[in-house]
Amino acid sequence: MDFNDTPEEAEYRAKVRAWLEENAPRGVKGASLGDEDESQMDACKAWQAKKAAAGYAQIRWPKEWGGGGGTTIQSVIFAQEESRMGVQLGGPFAIGLGMCIPTVMATADDETKKRFVGPAVRGETIWCQLFSEPAGGSDVAAIRTRAIKDESSVDANGDFDWVVNGQKIWTSGAHYADYGIVLVRTDPDAVKHKGLTMFWIDMKSPGVECKTIHQMSGARGFNEVFFTDVRIKDSQRLGALHDGWNVSIITLMNERASVGGGGGARGGGAIKALQVAQKIRDENGDPLSNNSTVREKIAEHYVRAEGLRFTGMRSLTALSQGKTPGPEQSVTKLVQAAGMQDLADFMVDLQDQAGIIRDPSLAVENADFQEMFLGSPGGRIAGGTDEILRNIIAERVLGLPGEIRVDKSMPFKDLPTGR
Amino acid sequence: MNFDFSEEQLALKDEARKFLAAKCPPDRVRKLMDEDSPGFDPELWAQVAEQGWLGAAIPEEHGGLGLGYLELCCIAEELGRAVAPVPFASTVYFFAEALLRAGSAEQKAKYLPKVVTGELIGTIASAEQAGAVSVANISAEVSGGKLTGVKLPVTDGAVAHLAVVLAKEGGKPTLYIVDLNGPGVTREAVNTIDRSREAARVEFKDAPVERLGEVGDGLALFEAINDRAAVLIAFEQVGGSDMCLEMAKNYALERFAFGRAIGGYQAIKHRLADMYAKNVLARGNAYYGAWALNSDAPELPIAAAGARISACDAYWFAAKENVQVHGGMGFTWEIDAHLHYRRSRQLALVAGSARNWKHRLVSMLERRNAA
Repeated sequence: MDFNDTPEEAEYRAKVRAWLEENAPRGVKGASLGDEDESQMDACKAWQAKKAAAGYAQIRWPKEWGGGGGTTIQSVIFAQEESRMGVQLGGPFAIGLGMCIPTVMATADDETKKRFVGPAVRGETIWCQLFSEPAGGSDVAAIRTRAIKDESSVDANGDFDWVVNGQKIWTSGAHYADYGIVLVRTDPDAVKHKGLTMFWIDMKSPGVECKTIHQMSGARGFNEVFFTDVRIKDSQRLGALHDGWNVSIITLMNERASVGGGGGARGGGAIKALQVAQKIRDENGDPLSNNSTVREKIAEHYVRAEGLRFTGMRSLTALSQGKTPGPEQSVTKLVQAAGMQDLADFMVDLQDQAGIIRDPSLAVENADFQEMFLGSPGGRIAGGTDEILRNIIAERVLGLPGEIRVDKSMPFKDLPTGR
Repeated sequence: MNFDFSEEQLALKDEARKFLAAKCPPDRVRKLMDEDSPGFDPELWAQVAEQGWLGAAIPEEHGGLGLGYLELCCIAEELGRAVAPVPFASTVYFFAEALLRAGSAEQKAKYLPKVVTGELIGTIASAEQAGAVSVANISAEVSGGKLTGVKLPVTDGAVAHLAVVLAKEGGKPTLYIVDLNGPGVTREAVNTIDRSREAARVEFKDAPVERLGEVGDGLALFEAINDRAAVLIAFEQVGGSDMCLEMAKNYALERFAFGRAIGGYQAIKHRLADMYAKNVLARGNAYYGAWALNSDAPELPIAAAGARISACDAYWFAAKENVQVHGGMGFTWEIDAHLHYRRSRQLALVAGSARNWKHRLVSMLERRNAA
């Protein structure tokens, strides 16, 4: 057991570090979702192009598709070094390169792949993923956005238009995306999972309208996307007709395949919590960090964050040895999201009455913990709710039975909707 | 990055699991608790010694296998999983570690070979009353080479041959080796919450002692030994936690209620998912402890605290929820759930309470931040 790179890894890390020293932009603020301005988006795109030219944009992908022809562990090393330099400019491309483009690559013809993959890798185009709907969050297959074939539009090549009507929601980055992949219902008479089809779509198509969602934290990071008589060519289809559910699994598997760079800073937020507690005085004038309950809480937060960090290291070890990481990674988001909310609650409580202050110029730690307090509920929902994650662990890792389903034996259109 | 056990170490763990499944099934543990117990399972102890496990981390010059602490961690995990009723922790993690840490060359040569063969059961005697071990909480006193005082509870104190005793000499905390069969020692087994692990009240009246380490170093040495033991015990706890999850899962699959397996209900399966999450965190923290122990890293005290706090939390949660998932059957003597319920508490106290470790951890973080 050790924490050392293998000689090959060390060599790669040194090479990456030297390249970053020379090329990485300093002091440039990344685009935080929903809060980005044009200059920040430009900075992100410029950095992405630079990485792509050097083969660092999609390290694991084959060179012919603009990747680096490297290994997973190399991509982790690059991410670690990039993060160490404080460069965080990849946000706008994460969904496209992490989920949409892999789906395109797995299902589209060569011409389509050539058209989309290179520009996305270079940061010239941004993609979004249009799956969730108002009636289908955790139950993502309950899609009602309807695509109807326009029989009158069939051209000489046999291509034709689908006319799409409906609504998507929680679409991150739709307001700046150029393209998206969209899951729609093409056969409402089939059972739920059998009547869906996947398409790529130009977000500037007539009839596509984005409306940012005002979150409880105040941010506007994701969107409602409305489709009104939007025309999509059948040649934009990804995968077979009515096989969209299986295609979406390709997308989601790529999402889950992403492995963190080893689990963040030592002790997570607990070190900061201790520093804050040392500065706040109790009723006797003693630092709060002397209080037993406070100390025990800090220890618990520290140990939880360290447990996650070491779990990340176990997964990295598997990758480093060319193996697939075990199921332990499945707990990360569940533990992290709930932990963040607990930490935020604990930290505002430490501040007593001043804990309500969110004005960064007046609040403890520039209101970081107030922001965390208001943002953390989203973490327990986005990308799989706590409840869905527990189902996944129980069913896929532990092998417990699935839920009793009433939606697998009748046509989608006959399912109860509660309305 | 190589944050995992090697193929050879995992093979050793696998062998240990098979061995204990055959030699130490749960009904054997329960039987030991049933009867007028000798305090441990002497037959199993002899078999464990034959496997060489007692000397896994003891250097070859003292008769051990000299493998290392990663191997000992693998064995510890399996002993924890099997709820093994043997004085392994007392003898190996505490007594032998105390000698390796503080013993003179002569003391090591005299005692360690006998630890390896299993003929010497050792233990540590630190606590005297309710509350954490501290200078203020120690009254046992050595004067003119003779120890007087009472230690309670001493795990394996009724069956051990020798104990490392924390006492004061001229007010200075110091460690001593004491022959528990020698003059001036009376001991009696006390009833405990985990009857598979015996404990005793040991009274010393002018009992002759042999000093271990320097006068005044006792508390620092005790803490250093406790750090090492905490990592090894964390592996026993991780093994126990995983076993609880496995038992709960198997029961949830075979027990039907309201027309279906109870494992299909979210109230049950989410609880098991939470167990799994805590077990994963505990394993990660324990691995860090193993690395620090094996490489004698300066991070060992912090790593040990993390391993211990996380493992205490995971095992307690897994043990109590395993009883709960088993319903009424879980509360019966015949179902093994209570073995882990008891052992989870025994292990969570034997190297000091998690509450106290949390305070220690934060003190260390404060020192590290200040540095």
